[in-house]
Amino acid sequence: MTTPIARRRPSPWIRYVEFVIEGLIRVCGLSAIVFILAIFLFIGKEGIGFLLTHLGGMLSSTDWSPTHDTPTFGLVALLVGTVWCVGLSLLVSVPVGLAAAVFLSEFASDRWREFLKVVVELLAAIPSVVWGFIGVMMLNPLLQSAGAQVGLNGLNGAIVLALMTLPLLVSLGEDALRAVPESYRQAAIAMGATKWEMVWRVLLPAARRGLLVAVLLGVGRCVGETMAVLMVTGHAVRIPHSLYDPVRTLTATIAAELGEAVRGGEHYQALFALGILLFFVTFVVNLVADYTVRARRMG
Amino acid sequence: MDDLVRIENLSIRYGEKAVVRNVTLAAPRNGILGIVGPAGSGKSSLLTALNRTIDFVPSARVEGRVTLDGADVRSLDISDVRRRVAMVLPLPVGLPMSVYENVAFAPRMVGVKRRAELDEIVERCLTQAALWEEVKDRLNMLGTRLSGGQQQRLTLARALSTDPDVLCLDEFSIAIDPVTTMRIEAVLMELKAHMTIILVTNLLMQARRIADVTAFMLNGELVEVGRTGELFVFARDPRTSDYLAGKFG
Repeated sequence: MTTPIARRRPSPWIRYVEFVIEGLIRVCGLSAIVFILAIFLFIGKEGIGFLLTHLGGMLSSTDWSPTHDTPTFGLVALLVGTVWCVGLSLLVSVPVGLAAAVFLSEFASDRWREFLKVVVELLAAIPSVVWGFIGVMMLNPLLQSAGAQVGLNGLNGAIVLALMTLPLLVSLGEDALRAVPESYRQAAIAMGATKWEMVWRVLLPAARRGLLVAVLLGVGRCVGETMAVLMVTGHAVRIPHSLYDPVRTLTATIAAELGEAVRGGEHYQALFALGILLFFVTFVVNLVADYTVRARRMG
Repeated sequence: MDDLVRIENLSIRYGEKAVVRNVTLAAPRNGILGIVGPAGSGKSSLLTALNRTIDFVPSARVEGRVTLDGADVRSLDISDVRRRVAMVLPLPVGLPMSVYENVAFAPRMVGVKRRAELDEIVERCLTQAALWEEVKDRLNMLGTRLSGGQQQRLTLARALSTDPDVLCLDEFSIAIDPVTTMRIEAVLMELKAHMTIILVTNLLMQARRIADVTAFMLNGELVEVGRTGELFVFARDPRTSDYLAGKFG
């Protein structure tokens, strides 16, 4: 007579296989943490000493001349350049991106939506250096004919950044809007609201956390973007006074100068100090985004 | 009889599938029309044709007509129709805003701005919906934080906030407890002095308790309609008496 299934046991070595697989998964998970820590340590080791001893000077000067005989490492212009580009680009990309997200999720027909989503995803897949090309070859002459002395300037950088962040904003924004229960829409419309009133008074408030996360991730992307801004901002260390002034960002400075800096020298360390600052900024932005997502799940 | 809402030869199809077939039915002014029938008999679809929320369903085709005080609802402004024909759906929908704003939502949209006037509307509607006593101290709380039964009454208060001519309730009691259900039924009995109420329900006893006129629908057709007291006792059609006696459904 055969043993009933309930009285049988799996062969013992299954337990060992289980153990090995569990171990592998654990290693994979931990490795992510290890890499982050390693990056942090690496950048920190090269730059933290410099950052601690020079921070006061870096934050009080606009003069970044690391290769002079008496080098100065004033950060202010670079910080302002970064904030300038990111801020300007968000002024464009946030309204346009969110409006596009609203259009896709609420007003577009199904066929339009599918088509536009593919287009938006394609936009997201364009490499950053290609955006740089577009900035240099198309926006540059365009801005010059609009009255700029140099077409490679802060505005050019902001436009390119805006174009690069748009796909992210649109697709994350659309996700956030579509996560709003259909019943809210119907309830609002059944109360006599027009579609626009429904979007403005119900949908946007209901999706606000998700939309905020989309914007924050967009900010993170903008702050960290390097190649395109290096190519199109004009790369001049100065505080911009008009839209057409060239600027320079933290990321572009690192990318442009690290190759020429003497390994271990002051300049080299200063660039790593910039890296720490960038790391810190994106870390904070991501943390806020993460916190917002959590709050959304709880609320 | 003085009928505020008339449904004339109404048919509704979703694509190829006919869900309402040639229904003619009227709801009396200052009365409660109960519509009963098993699931899938077209009761809810019929309701959505009244305030044209059926327009949400792209595949829906409507034939025949619905008149509100003699005017075809398709000839009226759509937002007006929805303000005049209020709808309470089976599951409560607290909008993601405060209790107060939930009720003030529709009045605000038509331009009511004075705080005192809004306060008055909010208190009146919440009182009518038997919710005022429970929420009067926390009007600023998010409506979605209320319990299910409270949210359903909030939905009712919101529906009343436009002072509608017609109040449609689609199985309003499936998500709430019997005590609250009875309280709302009592409220409906009072409200019918001011408006026409159309009550779709699976609870035969609910229709029997409060409906003045009851209609029985089956497979999209209107089988029979009559004064509630008579229908439940002397149904002419054997299908009606079988259903009302609980033999199927």
